Amino acid sequence: MNGINGAPLLRTTGLSKSFGAVTVLEDAGVELRAGEIHAFLGENGAGKSTLAKLIAGIYRPSAGQIERNGRPVTIHNPREATELGIALIPQEPRTFPDLSAAENIFVGRLPMRSGLVDWKSLYGRAEELLHELGVALDPRQPARSLSVADRQMLELAGALSLNAEILLLDETTASLTPGEVSRLEVILRRLSAAGKSIVFIGHRMEEIFSLCDRATILRDGKIVGERMISETSPEDLLRLMVGREIGEKVVRGSVPTGKPLLEVKGLSQPPLFHDISFSIRRGEIVGLAGLVGAGRTEIACALFGLSQPTAGTILVDGKPAEIRSPRDAMGYGMALAPEDRQKQGAFLPISLWENASLSSLPRLSRRGWLKDSVSRTLTTEWVKRLSVRCREIEQPLHELSGGNQQKVVLAKWLETQPKILLLDEPTRGIDVHAKTEVHRLICELADAGMATLLISSDLPEILALSDRILVLRSGRIVREFDRSEATPEAVIAAAGVSTGLPDKPRSMVA
Amino acid sequence: MISSRIRRLWNAYAPEIVVTILLILAFVISGWREPRFLDAAYLFDRSTLYTEIGLLTLSMTLIIVAGHIDLSVTSIIAFVGAIIATLYSRYGIPFWLLIPLAPVFGGFLGAVNGYFVARRNLPSLVVTLATMALYRGMAQILLGDSSLMTPPDYTGIERVTLPHTYLHTPLVIWITLCLVFAALLHRTVFGRYITVTGVNPEAALYSGVPVAQTLIRLFTLSGAMAGVCSVLLLSRLGVARYDHARGWELDVITAVVLGGTSIFGGRGTIYGSVVAFLLITIVQTGMGVAGVKAEIQVTAIGLLLLLAVLLSRLTTGRK
Ligand SMILES: Nc1ncnc2c1ncn2[C@@H]1O[C@H](COP(=O)(O)OP(=O)(O)OP(=O)(O)O)[C@@H](O)[C@H]1O
Ligand SMILES: [Mg+2]
Repeated sequence: MNGINGAPLLRTTGLSKSFGAVTVLEDAGVELRAGEIHAFLGENGAGKSTLAKLIAGIYRPSAGQIERNGRPVTIHNPREATELGIALIPQEPRTFPDLSAAENIFVGRLPMRSGLVDWKSLYGRAEELLHELGVALDPRQPARSLSVADRQMLELAGALSLNAEILLLDETTASLTPGEVSRLEVILRRLSAAGKSIVFIGHRMEEIFSLCDRATILRDGKIVGERMISETSPEDLLRLMVGREIGEKVVRGSVPTGKPLLEVKGLSQPPLFHDISFSIRRGEIVGLAGLVGAGRTEIACALFGLSQPTAGTILVDGKPAEIRSPRDAMGYGMALAPEDRQKQGAFLPISLWENASLSSLPRLSRRGWLKDSVSRTLTTEWVKRLSVRCREIEQPLHELSGGNQQKVVLAKWLETQPKILLLDEPTRGIDVHAKTEVHRLICELADAGMATLLISSDLPEILALSDRILVLRSGRIVREFDRSEATPEAVIAAAGVSTGLPDKPRSMVA
Repeated sequence: MISSRIRRLWNAYAPEIVVTILLILAFVISGWREPRFLDAAYLFDRSTLYTEIGLLTLSMTLIIVAGHIDLSVTSIIAFVGAIIATLYSRYGIPFWLLIPLAPVFGGFLGAVNGYFVARRNLPSLVVTLATMALYRGMAQILLGDSSLMTPPDYTGIERVTLPHTYLHTPLVIWITLCLVFAALLHRTVFGRYITVTGVNPEAALYSGVPVAQTLIRLFTLSGAMAGVCSVLLLSRLGVARYDHARGWELDVITAVVLGGTSIFGGRGTIYGSVVAFLLITIVQTGMGVAGVKAEIQVTAIGLLLLLAVLLSRLTTGRK
């Protein structure tokens, strides 16, 4: 890489950020160089997003300084950051659901002609940008219908259109599938070769090692080290991040051979998915692989009563199940940890424990009266078990870092003691340590007889946990692998390469 | 340590704290300007004038916390009053039989709102704006522009007090319902469902909260409360008219918002609404007694609302 001798485009010294009495980032000094891809690493709540937000003007520092091209600057707001050539793609995409994809990309700076929005040029330029990113979506469709991954792509397209010199990506790859990640990597390498400085925040070591030049490691709000990627190893980085030894990787035991607990026969909901049939045994983990937009989330939503399939039957324990609403599905012992946790799972202004106990209230109450002390106790246990970083369980959820919010939402579902668990990207944005913990938990629950459908864009995760893997392509199951036959190459090949061309229109995602 | 606890309390309950302080101030000032204000008998006597608004404030708090609005409650009061008076005077149905039916009628009218909001996914602002006109119109169809008398021995039962106290019947009902509603919102599963629906309806649905059922029950409850108010109002005024309670919905919403309930839903306490309602009542009564003109009174309430909202926002830095 050409970055080693590059001049710093941006330098921070002694940067700190406190919320009230809590300091979440302390004395952070980083240098962002031209032509370099720089990783911010750390566990959930380490302060990665905070550092990125300070640089992008979303937060104001409590102390410290930012220098741009050697000149001290004060960045009051994101707009000023933009003017300084800094763009952030945030962890949770900010999208205006009622505006079109194109309007979201150019929000605040729509192309105008004689006082009116120039729609033709707007859609044209949006189409170009999206094509460049290899995202097959119609710039005219409303953002409401887009998945997290797609909305992140809109943010990225917006940032690219600004032609920013410094680009910060906060866990942008978390909800992308391998094919899409490699496409993004190509784009980022090209940008960095063109002299841009890129900050990459992520939890997947493979990506860090294939993409980045340098890493800054944060722990508990402090920078604990800086490494050149070429001179380090994943173990070294993990040790720095965690500050202690990490538990061993989870290995699945024997393959269960009971009667199926969940059976799906000929489930269809055109144009999202067609003729889906599969079954999950008690104690079995079935992985659902496929590209973003292949219909994985939609199938989970249909099973959980969030949408009504036009054909097909669902059997639970051999008996036909009538599922019209999530409430019905829960009656059959189902739980769904949804993909878009901020939108579909999180209640940001209310406390951790109110969040974590919500779906189990029928159990955590008597004759309609809440048993809050029980809820609090149970939440405290989950906080320990999933190592949620928080001050106390009375804290409103919005004060937690992205990954820790995810853990709380996950806890809400595990708390329901489901018999059938539908997991949609269960470890998106969750750090290595907690991820192992979540994996261990899923395996434990499976060993105790739970049937699990695991949707994940994280191929190693699917391969490590699944007893069987179904590969979905354009809304159809195209392959089924046993654990013994499943290799990364085979699964990727079956899922189809992300050509950037739509294999079906991606509009109307529920 | 202590200061951090106060800080946290303030962050969580700033609006409630602000209105409580304003209420104490208002009470002290009024008592100093007008000694009658310290006379319990006088105060409780005046209080009957506002009971209906006080009652509606309770159910409106739940509605607004759920992220909705119910503008039709005051029309329900008039319509239910019209139905009862008509059944009594035209069809000779005994009045005591009709009293317990009032909340049932009101509940039904509320359920109609709930059906459109929850099952048809229409915005409650639009639905209840429509039924506000609809129910008022139906009351007018029943009664025309005339008043219909209710039985004379029923008029004025709201003046009956609890033995050895100054507490009038409506006040007793109100105090009881304050406690009931506080328990409902803060201690029951129903209340928690209301709150989370107001915070994030989509996530509530995904979390297995029976959102539609909760909303239908909520609007039914709101209508039933209007039914109760209708009976109290008939007793106080002795006649049913189609224009009863017109415009009160704005006073009700003002009290709820002044008490710190977020107009966008997801946050609010019964305590805040009750204190805010008392504050408005005292300010209005105080000004009335002091001979302040009505238009000045309205202006003052408007300023009060702005002041309270500003005070509780500025310092918490809430966006
Ligand atoms: N508004 C806030 N009030 C109080 N604490 C906050 C607030 N925002 C963030 N924090 C705390 O700051 C810490 C750092 O958060 P940050 O979002 O930077 O973490 P992160 O490294 O990005 O983690 P993740 O991998 O989970 O995204 C967390 O412990 C979080 O609880
Ligand atoms: Mg983060």
